Amino acid sequence: MVQQYEFKAKWLPYILVLPQMVIVFVFFFWPSLQGLWQSFFLQDPFGGQVIFVGLENYIRLFTDPGYSYGESFGVSVAFAVCVAALSMILALFLATQANKKIRFSSFYKTMMIWPYAVATMVAGVLWLFMFNPNVGIVAWFLKNRFGVEWQHLLNSGQAFLLVTLAASWKQISYNFVFFLAGLQSVPVDFIEAAAIDGAGPMRRFWKIIFPLLSPTTFYLLVMNLVYGFFETFPIIHQVTAGGPGKSTSILVYKVWRDGVINLDLGGSSAQSVILMIMVIGLTVVQFRFIERRVHY
Amino acid sequence: MTEHNRLRRLTPHLYLWIAIVILLFPIILVFVASTHTSADILAAPMPMKPGPHLVENYTRAILEGNKNLGASALTMMKNSLIMALGIAIGKIVVSLLAAYAIVFFKFPLRNFCFWAIFVTLMLPVEVRIMPTYKVISDLGLLNSYAGLILPMIVSATAVFLFRQFFMQIPREIAEASQIDGATPMQFFRSILLPMTRTPIAAMFVIQFIYGWNQYLWPLLITTKQEYYTILIGINRMLSGADVQIEWQIVMATTLLAMIPPALIVVVMQKQFIAGMTDTEK
Repeated sequence: MVQQYEFKAKWLPYILVLPQMVIVFVFFFWPSLQGLWQSFFLQDPFGGQVIFVGLENYIRLFTDPGYSYGESFGVSVAFAVCVAALSMILALFLATQANKKIRFSSFYKTMMIWPYAVATMVAGVLWLFMFNPNVGIVAWFLKNRFGVEWQHLLNSGQAFLLVTLAASWKQISYNFVFFLAGLQSVPVDFIEAAAIDGAGPMRRFWKIIFPLLSPTTFYLLVMNLVYGFFETFPIIHQVTAGGPGKSTSILVYKVWRDGVINLDLGGSSAQSVILMIMVIGLTVVQFRFIERRVHY
Repeated sequence: MTEHNRLRRLTPHLYLWIAIVILLFPIILVFVASTHTSADILAAPMPMKPGPHLVENYTRAILEGNKNLGASALTMMKNSLIMALGIAIGKIVVSLLAAYAIVFFKFPLRNFCFWAIFVTLMLPVEVRIMPTYKVISDLGLLNSYAGLILPMIVSATAVFLFRQFFMQIPREIAEASQIDGATPMQFFRSILLPMTRTPIAAMFVIQFIYGWNQYLWPLLITTKQEYYTILIGINRMLSGADVQIEWQIVMATTLLAMIPPALIVVVMQKQFIAGMTDTEK
């Protein structure tokens, strides 16, 4: 590589990166290290007495049945997988439809994309309002037309279904944008050649389009799992508050609840550290994959 | 076009319309509810046609807000706007400067700075809320705009986007500006910034929406009504028993909360899609 031209200045580059570095250190590294530190201590929420307990907070998470950490873990995985599967399958299907040479396709695109702007919390409110047992129109219909009693604050299956639907509804737009961009980059020649050779639409999709989309699909899978695990706190907080029982208490919600409501700082910090390790793991997987860029 | 069958040509429209209806239905419902009285909504099933109380409900929501909430939608929208603009502009300014230094200058700590920023890509705020809360509380920034904005400016995505863009710019331009006697800051202001307009616009759309839709962080650090963002206000309005909730005001406020980000996405659709697919986050 040819040596690139670079400015020579002694202090200027440091002044330029300074604001970013200050913010990164004060609001990222310092709190992250404090979180790690705190996870080794047991803190009295009222007195301020702090005892070093080593790994006990972590051990407690996995052994103390009162913590139900394993249960929360299972709920998170199930929730993230359901949301990722539902919203990705629907988005891929819709993107395939919108990618056909049809009239009004830019209108359809706009109509698919706007829900991205809806806050996750608002998505929760929208679905809560439809399914509220007292005022919800969908709940009313289910009860009076189909005889289904909708009580998501009592029925854990319904609670799980409701938060899954709300979270997926919001995520469809995001997946749609990426799938559509991916589909548009599939060369038309390939598809036409296959059509001339007699491959029907289903076959063309599974044998040509889908394999060519695999980098997009993989990228979206990771992003959707991250969304399901970490960014759906507002929906859980607003719609079910983790209940009934602990049936929708995903890990991020539990960190918040144990820390802010139950004031168990050590336990909450230990959970944060585990979440950090999970995110780092997902990011590493993603980067390794992007580096290789393999498909078909 | 590979298929010429008439029916085949209509089916995509049908599927897309079904999807549009499913996506729009909750919003229509919210709008209808915001034009009725609380009693009408509570009398199940709620009416499906808009009622006569639109002006009355929105006026109350905007100027007074829900009973016992102590914050009007106007105040809360102002707070959300300050937070969203602060996060979007703050991120862009800080990231532009950092990316400029990392790409165009050679200095001993360059790699260190790059990696320090890179690592932040990995951790969303959600996983370090308690310690970040403590830092903000130690700095005395609870219930303040600075407290709402500053921790959210940590993000590697903007730095990466600008870095990638800067690396594609031919260096001869920088060299020529030096020979012509421009200082590096003059080059930055009058040559580099105008070239970067498109990525800046894309970043602004993405980050404005991100900022407007923040929930967990404001939930933690705003306890005073005058700092409630609109999403926190909605949450507080819904925290009572079902029959006591003033649904019409809540729904009017919910609709108001959706308008600014939705408007930005629709109006700046091109920049928005570019921003989303370029940053890959």
